[in-house]
Amino acid sequence: MAETAGSSVKARSKQALQDDFLRKAVKFTTERLKNGKRKATEEHGNWEEWRERGRQIRLHTIAHLDYYLNLFADNARKAGAQVYFARDAAEAAVITREIVREKQARSVVKSKSMVTEELHINHVLEEMDVAAIETDLGEYIIQLAHEPPSHIIIPAIHKNKQQIAEVLSEVAGERLEPDTQVLAGFVRRKLREQFLAAEIGMTGCNFAIAETGSIVIFENEGNARMCSTLPKTQITFMGMERIIPSFEDLEVMATLLPRSATGQKLTAYMSAITGPRRTADGDGPEELHIIIIDNGRSRQLGDPDFQELLNCIRCGACLNVCPVYRHIGGHSYGSVYSGPIGAVLTPALMEDPSEWQDIAYASSLCGACWEACPVKIPLHDMLVYLRNRKVESGTTPTAEQVMFKGFNYMMSDHRRMERFLRLGKVGQKFVARDGYIRIKGPLKGWTNYRDLPEIPKQSFRDRWKELQVEIAQQPRPKTMIQDIEQRMRKVLEERSKGGGSGGGHQE
Amino acid sequence: MYPRVGEAMVRILARYGVQLDFPKVQTCCGQPAFNSGYWDDARASARTLLEAFDDSDFVIAPSGSCTGMIHHYYPKLFENDPAMLDKAVRLKEKTYEFSQFLVNVLGVEDVGATFPHKVTYHPSCHGTRLLGIKDEPMKLLQHVRGLELVPLPDAELCCGFGGTFAVKMSDISGAMVSEKVHNVESTGAEVLVGIDMGCLMNISGNIHAEGKPIRVMHLAELLNEGVSS
Ligand code: SF4
Repeated sequence: MAETAGSSVKARSKQALQDDFLRKAVKFTTERLKNGKRKATEEHGNWEEWRERGRQIRLHTIAHLDYYLNLFADNARKAGAQVYFARDAAEAAVITREIVREKQARSVVKSKSMVTEELHINHVLEEMDVAAIETDLGEYIIQLAHEPPSHIIIPAIHKNKQQIAEVLSEVAGERLEPDTQVLAGFVRRKLREQFLAAEIGMTGCNFAIAETGSIVIFENEGNARMCSTLPKTQITFMGMERIIPSFEDLEVMATLLPRSATGQKLTAYMSAITGPRRTADGDGPEELHIIIIDNGRSRQLGDPDFQELLNCIRCGACLNVCPVYRHIGGHSYGSVYSGPIGAVLTPALMEDPSEWQDIAYASSLCGACWEACPVKIPLHDMLVYLRNRKVESGTTPTAEQVMFKGFNYMMSDHRRMERFLRLGKVGQKFVARDGYIRIKGPLKGWTNYRDLPEIPKQSFRDRWKELQVEIAQQPRPKTMIQDIEQRMRKVLEERSKGGGSGGGHQE
Repeated sequence: MYPRVGEAMVRILARYGVQLDFPKVQTCCGQPAFNSGYWDDARASARTLLEAFDDSDFVIAPSGSCTGMIHHYYPKLFENDPAMLDKAVRLKEKTYEFSQFLVNVLGVEDVGATFPHKVTYHPSCHGTRLLGIKDEPMKLLQHVRGLELVPLPDAELCCGFGGTFAVKMSDISGAMVSEKVHNVESTGAEVLVGIDMGCLMNISGNIHAEGKPIRVMHLAELLNEGVSS
């Protein structure tokens, strides 16, 4: 399978790049989502202001995470839920196993949840011989295909309709038309029996409200609502950073999340669940278990380079705009979380954030993710910080270390740089034609796709003396010069008063 | 690497009476090392810029990426060295990308150029996202006589350069630059113009390797050619 073969992002992406179906499918859907988001944010009218509000809420919550987490746990318990804290995947597995055993469950229905992917809960259930049935359409498809999700909100984004019809036809035992209605209808019928049979429903959690102890789930298919109403027992997994203080804050998040994810004003369903069923309630589980997961998250707390990562609301907008993800899809990243957020989060969740192999190199640092992020997480900066930590840990390849030592030697003194350029000019005589170099050798990564310009005969610094004389004789539009001098003086005056930001963003 | 771009920029600025200097001690902003995580080596190089421009009122670079490096990362790079940090902040306050300086400081939108060709513009990521350059190059191009500016589809997509990324993840980078060139071709433009030589070297390298008849120019080159012809 192209999705899992290969041991590095580089190797896996090389294979993905040869899969035209995958590239077409990913491009098609990310474009649809990206355009949807663009339209929704334009229509909103005040997007930037709300984005900043969202960021402030997240910054505040994460800065006081211990307080809000305790508040949430207290209130959830008061409402009748059982709350657990799991330090890592192993602890989460122990808690899950205990509940499943106590309930003597034979089957579990699950709604979409990235954190259960992160913890490999399906694997835990499998080992206990308990059926884990994914009920989100996309998750259902990839579960049948034995693949991990390749996008944090559209798990089967890498498959086109034909491929999906093939997977589902196999289960149906007849040929299903590659038509969305037909396919979704089939899955719905199929899952209905499962919902009724399952003893436990498992869900993720988009937000957890500290002031009331409620969990909030956004979805479009209604399957999460079924998971949280039909089975007698509900287990909700939540990353410890999912907290927001109040329902008032939820309003901001409910504005940001669906618009950023799919361009919807609101998802079809939004459920807020506070405790298990009360006597007066028409539906709901008899027991509600909430497992709060750390699994590496607390490492980002107090680390100025990475704390903002905890602000992420898992909307997927950064994947949809990423020019790298667009070409290689999610499986190339080789981790549960893919795209720009995955490239940062995967190493950041590790015990040693320099242990990653090459995932943080899978970015051109173009900043599209940062621009798209509803809470403005500077992922492009964090990628550089991760690279820096790898260098500091001394685990980068020796050849690379030597190369940058060379860079240091050459660039720390202009005379040395000039000498190197002169040498280069002599060297390239053998390989340059019409201003371009086409050799393979050490630069083959570059020259496989492009020619390389040769070092020019005369550098700018060599030409500067003559050029100064030449420009002095150039014609000038005299009338403008006075006006321009005034403008420059004004900028200088403002700067001396502390009002200058040069060519940077005017904040 | 591209003396003709520096020369074009200098010639345009000199027309407005700007007093120009090129301090010899400068080398490189250090971005290649910085982005790869080699911050000590980046600092060694960045120091030459802090030294070179200590006495200048304005620093103008024909690259949104190098300007972005100074604006966005120099304070971080020197955060533990108060004396250098001070210099870095002062450098940041006076550093501009070429089109920003021309339009926002000098107030020039029409340089009086004529360039009767079909042109499309690639907005480089760092210029756009780190510095917020959006309208400046457009304003300058719109005032060039005879120039037909055609929009580039998916213009905001990165061309795949990313410094060492182009070598480290060469296949991904190759897919990105191929898509960019395909989009440029689809406009029917004779000339692709941009504000960053890194991106333009990447794109023109692919165009040249594929033997396509599209000319790649820096904005300063285009303007300068337009006023001298
Ligand atoms: S990093 Fe930002 S854009 Fe990406 S998933 Fe998280 S919130 Fe969404």
